[in-house]
Amino acid sequence: MASSETALAAGQRARGLAPFLRSQMRNIAPFLTLIFLSGFFALASPSFATLDNLGNILTQVSVTGIIAVGLTFVILCAEIDLSIASIANVTGIAVAYFTLQESYVNIPNIPLPGAAAILLAILLCAFLGLVNALGLTMIGIPSFIMTLAMMQIAAGISALLVRGQIAYKVPGVITTLGSGSIGGIPWIVIVAAIMLLLGHLVLTYTRFGRYVYMVGGNREAAEYSGLNVKLILGAVMVISAVCSGIGGMLGVAHFGSAQQNEFDTYLLDSIAAVVVGGTSLFGGRGGIGNTIVGLFVLGVLNNGLDHVNIDSFLKILIRGLILLAALVINVYAQRLREKAVE
Amino acid sequence: MREDRSPILELQGITKSFGGVEALRGVDFALSPGEIHGLVGENGAGKSTLMKIIAGVHTEFSGRFLIDGQETHFRSARDAHSAGIAMVHQELSVAPDLTVAENVFLGNQPTNRLGLVQWRRMAREAGEQLARFGIDVDPMSRLGDLPIGLQQLIEIARVLFSGARIVILDEPTSALSPPEVERLFATLRRLRDEGTAIVFISHFIEDILRVSDTVTVFRNGRKVAETASAATSKGALIEAMIGRGGEALEHSYSDDLMLPRPSDSAVVLKVDQLSLARSLKDISFEARAGEVLGIYGFMGCGQQELSRILFGKLKSDGGTLAVDGKPKTFASTAAARRAGVALVPESRRDMLFHQEPVYKNISISILDRISALLLKPAQERDIAQRQVEQLQIRPPVVGLDLGMLSGGNQQKVALAKWLTYPPKLLVLCEPTRGMDVGAKNDVINIVRDLRTKGLAIIVLSTEPETVLSLADRILVLKRGALVREFKNEPVSKDRLLEAA
Repeated sequence: MASSETALAAGQRARGLAPFLRSQMRNIAPFLTLIFLSGFFALASPSFATLDNLGNILTQVSVTGIIAVGLTFVILCAEIDLSIASIANVTGIAVAYFTLQESYVNIPNIPLPGAAAILLAILLCAFLGLVNALGLTMIGIPSFIMTLAMMQIAAGISALLVRGQIAYKVPGVITTLGSGSIGGIPWIVIVAAIMLLLGHLVLTYTRFGRYVYMVGGNREAAEYSGLNVKLILGAVMVISAVCSGIGGMLGVAHFGSAQQNEFDTYLLDSIAAVVVGGTSLFGGRGGIGNTIVGLFVLGVLNNGLDHVNIDSFLKILIRGLILLAALVINVYAQRLREKAVE
Repeated sequence: MREDRSPILELQGITKSFGGVEALRGVDFALSPGEIHGLVGENGAGKSTLMKIIAGVHTEFSGRFLIDGQETHFRSARDAHSAGIAMVHQELSVAPDLTVAENVFLGNQPTNRLGLVQWRRMAREAGEQLARFGIDVDPMSRLGDLPIGLQQLIEIARVLFSGARIVILDEPTSALSPPEVERLFATLRRLRDEGTAIVFISHFIEDILRVSDTVTVFRNGRKVAETASAATSKGALIEAMIGRGGEALEHSYSDDLMLPRPSDSAVVLKVDQLSLARSLKDISFEARAGEVLGIYGFMGCGQQELSRILFGKLKSDGGTLAVDGKPKTFASTAAARRAGVALVPESRRDMLFHQEPVYKNISISILDRISALLLKPAQERDIAQRQVEQLQIRPPVVGLDLGMLSGGNQQKVALAKWLTYPPKLLVLCEPTRGMDVGAKNDVINIVRDLRTKGLAIIVLSTEPETVLSLADRILVLKRGALVREFKNEPVSKDRLLEAA
C-alpha cells in the first residue's frame, strides 16, 4: 500500500511544474500582484518603501482587515454580506451612544458604564447578524438581497441614534484599542492580526472550519452528508456581523468620531480584499491567508497612489480596474482548477 | 457492405493520463458511417475517456486523430460539434428551468429576421421531433417537471436529431423503462440506416449485443477485443472485460429466485400513510434489522421522493415515520443522521466533493464522532485508509482528489462515508447503476456484509437486477403507490416487470 502511494505521489510530481502552478493560480496571482505593486511604488517614490510607511499601511488596513475576517467565512460559503459596513457603522455609533458624551454633543443618549456599552453594542451587531441568518436560512431570501435590506436597516438605526450629530467619546478600552499603541505598535494592528489569526485557526483546524469549506464546495453534498447546512450558513452570517461590529467600534475610536455614513467605503474595500486575495466567489476555496494578501494589495495600492502624487479622482478608477482584474483571475482560476480535477 | 466504406473517424495510438494515472494506453479506434459500435468495459477501463476525446471534452492527449482521413485536433467541444460530433453524457445535462421545446433546440432556436425566437414554430417542430421518437409531451411544459426518464429521453432525442454525423451515447438506457429502451433502439437503427455513425456505451451487455454491429472491449485503458456482435456472446464479452471467467458473476435473473421467509427481527423503520403531493400516496411499510428491503419501480414512480423523505431532505404532506419505535419528524438531514438514518442518493455528484481529497469525503459525515472542536487529520486519514482497503477503492490513495477516481470507485466512497459508524437504517438509491460487473459485485458483497451486521437496509432501484440481487423482500412502487409485496415466494425479472 505504501509503495503504491509513493508511486502515485511520484506520478503526481511527474505532472510537472506548469500544471501545479496552474492549480495554485488563485494563490500565486494575488501574491505576484502584491510584489509587482510594491516594487512599482518603491521605484516610483522614495518615501514609499520605509518602515514608517509600512506602519502606515498596516494601520490603514486594520479596520478593513477586522471586517474582512468575517466576510471571508461568508464568501467561503458562497454567500455574500453587503451589510458589513452598515453594521460596523451602527455598532460604532451604538457604543458611543451608550457612553457619556461632552456637554456640547447634542444627542439624547443613554450613558452607561463602559463594559455595558460594549456588551450592548456587541449584542446589537450579533442580533443584526442573526436577522440576516434567519432571513437567509429560514425564509430563504438570497443573501445578496437579505443583506442589502439589512444595509438599509442598520443605516436607519444609525440615523435614529445620532440624528445627524457627531459623537466623540467611546469607552476607554475601545479608545485604547482603536487609537493607542504599545511599544510603537498601534493596538488596532495587533487586534486585526489576532482576529485574522483566530479566523485562520478556526477555518483550518476546527470542525466548524471544515464544514464551512465543505458547504461552500458543494452545498448539496454537504446536506446529503447529514450536515446542518442552515446552521452553518446562519453561523457565518452572525460571525460576519460580529467582526463588522468589532471593526466598527475600533474604527470609531480610530477616527475619533461616530457619525452617519462613516464606513461606507469599507463595504467595497472588504469585499475587494477577500476577492482580490483569491478566495473563490463560488465558495469552498481560499481562506484568511488569501484575505491577508488581498488586504496588502489594497493597502499598498491606496497608500502608494498617495505617494506618487496622482490625481485623486484617477485613484478611484485605478482601484476599480484592479478589482476587475482580480475578479477575472478569480473566475479563471476556478475554471483551471475544475479542469484539473474534472 | 459496411466494411468497404472508409471510416469517418479514425484514432491511432491514443494515450491519455490524469495526474500520472494512465487512462488510455495506445488505443486504436475506427468508426464507419452506418455503423452502431458498442463499447464495453469495467468502470475506469477508458471508454468514457476515449469518447470525451472524440467529443472534444479532453483536448490534451497523444496519438493521431483523423476525421474523413484528415488529421484534426479539437480545441473544444464546440470544435467537435461543428465537425458533426454529438454526445449524450452519462450524467443528465439539460436545462430543467427551460421548456421542453427550448431544450430540444438549445443553442439553435429558430429565429426570425430580427433575431427574435419563433416560439410557435419552435414548439411545433419540437413536438414533431419528439413524436417521431414516440414521446408525447407538451413542448411548452417545463422540463424539470417531467420524470427523470423522460428528461433523459428528451436529451437523447435532441442529440439524435441534431443532424450530427457521429453520435455518442454514454449509458443512455440506465434511466429508461423497457418500452423506452425499445423506442430508443428503433430510432438508433433508423439513423444507422440513414448513414449516421453511432457509438453506444452500456453496462447492459444484452443491450449492446442486440443493437450494435460491432463491439469493442476495453480493459485497463487498453482495447482488448473488437468483434462483430453476431460473432460473440455475453459470456465471451464479460470474460474479455474482466480478464477472468466471469460467467458466475452475472445472473440473468430470468429464472425464479426464492425469497427467504420474512425476518421477525426488530422493526427499525416504520412508515405509516406517508404521502407527498402527486408523488406518493399513503405509503406504509416496515424495515427490519438484518434485512434488505428492495423497492422496485419504474423511473418517476416516487422512489426518489420516498428516499428523500426518509433522510429529512424533503418534508412529507402527511403520514408518520418512526425509527426504533420513536416517532420522528426530521427537520434536517442532520437530524436524520443523528437518528441513525443514512442515504446514498442515485447521483454521486450530489453527495461527494469532487475537489476535495478522498479522506475528507469519507470523514465528513462522522467528523462529530472523531472530534469535538479541533480536527484530527491523522485519525481521519486512518479511518479513510481502512475504508479504502476494505472496499478496495482504486487507487488506494486517500489524499487524491475525489474527481480523479472513476465512477465506480466514487460510488464506493459514497458508501464508505457511512460505514465507519454504521447507521441503523441505510437507504441506497440505485447502488449499482452505471457500474461494471466487478464493482457491482463488490457493492453487492458490501451490502450483504452490512446486513449480517444487523443494519436495516432499503435498496431503491429502477433496475430489476439490482433489487433481485440484493433484496430479501421486495415492494413494488407504481405511480406513487405500493402495489405489490414479494416475500417468501419465487420472484423473477418478469414477475417484477409485470407488477410494476
